[in-house]
Amino acid sequence: MASLKDFRTRITSVKSTQKITKAMQMVAAAKLKRAQEAAESARPYAMRVAATVANLAGTVQGDGAPKLLRGSGQDQVHLVVVATSERGLCGGFNTNIVKKARETILALEAQGKTVKILTVGKKGRDQLKRSYGERMIGHIEFAGIRSLGATQSAQVSQLLVDRFQAGDFDVAHLIYSKFKSVISQIATTQQLIPVVAPEGLVSADLGGGIYSYEPDEEAILEALLPRYLDSQILGALLENAAGFYGAQMGAMDNATRNAGDLIKKLTLQMNRKRQAMITTELTEIIAGAQAV
Amino acid sequence: MASQGKLHFSLVSPERSLYSGEVDQVVVPGVDGQFGALSLHAPFMTVIKSGAILILDGADERRIYVGGGFADVSAQGLTILAEDAVDLSSLDTKALERDLHNAREDLRDAKDSYGKDLAQRKLDRLEAIQAAV
Repeated sequence: MASLKDFRTRITSVKSTQKITKAMQMVAAAKLKRAQEAAESARPYAMRVAATVANLAGTVQGDGAPKLLRGSGQDQVHLVVVATSERGLCGGFNTNIVKKARETILALEAQGKTVKILTVGKKGRDQLKRSYGERMIGHIEFAGIRSLGATQSAQVSQLLVDRFQAGDFDVAHLIYSKFKSVISQIATTQQLIPVVAPEGLVSADLGGGIYSYEPDEEAILEALLPRYLDSQILGALLENAAGFYGAQMGAMDNATRNAGDLIKKLTLQMNRKRQAMITTELTEIIAGAQAV
Repeated sequence: MASQGKLHFSLVSPERSLYSGEVDQVVVPGVDGQFGALSLHAPFMTVIKSGAILILDGADERRIYVGGGFADVSAQGLTILAEDAVDLSSLDTKALERDLHNAREDLRDAKDSYGKDLAQRKLDRLEAIQAAV
């Protein structure tokens, strides 16, 4: 049976843990706001690029189309890009992404495809290493980078384009967590290569004129597609970052509440124990007095 | 819709929107030569080189360095999708010199090919900015 002193130490330790989780929750809330702003400000560029790609993809078709749009003409080797966070303490955030990745990989393999994996973010690699280690063709980590930006997404897209041109894979999927709200992030799969021309975008109103292109459509599309890929990856990374802080905030809120419950429970137990001790002592004194 | 005589101009980089407003004219360095866009320009799209774009509005003149990208002129106005953009009017030339110096040193000190590549890219960018100034 634990002594009163044991209880006191235990309560102090839970209290300090609670302070830490509370602080982490507040830090996550502040960072979440910044991450959301970053995701928001990246949107105009992404939308313009997407609209332009949609515009051009309609006009350039057939053999003249760039390889990124046309694909390699095969559908055998699939690359799964798994984007997760660098750090943990965020509830089921990474686990959900990895679960989605596993499902995707299993589904592709059931169709007889060859699957290769590229992990972006430390946590995804840690979780996938054991079961899919031999399929991994690369890993990108952004440890120590405070705010994700175009430099980081360019690193990913450059690698993808290089590998694709080298014929390492035919189709690339990106798995990341879509930021729906602070409390809900949904793991999503998105096809990156061959580029899927965005649909549902209204092409720009030309006012009756015809677009002229310099140098020409193909050249522009050729240069634009990597940028489009880039902006898609950047968007995914930023959403992931926002989702991560949202998940962390939720997890830390839970932890703080749990610690509070634990403290209450321990205090109650400690008081019971103390009262029991007093009662025992009194009984002993009374019994002693009667014996005399 | 752009008002008569004024061109709606917006400059966006992957990370954020940098400029949006009505101006008189924008001079853009296209791959096939520099061009000026006024309002009611015919729909036109081009790849742009790295260099300075010049924004003219009344007596105001602003120069912004763009590191490559696309210019898209439509009835809605001119949109530049820049890969990298630095406002030259608020640029500290002394800081630029210092950065250039540091970048050259970094390149000299870089050990592996990856570090060298990174340093070279950084230096190229800074040199392009200086050339634009």
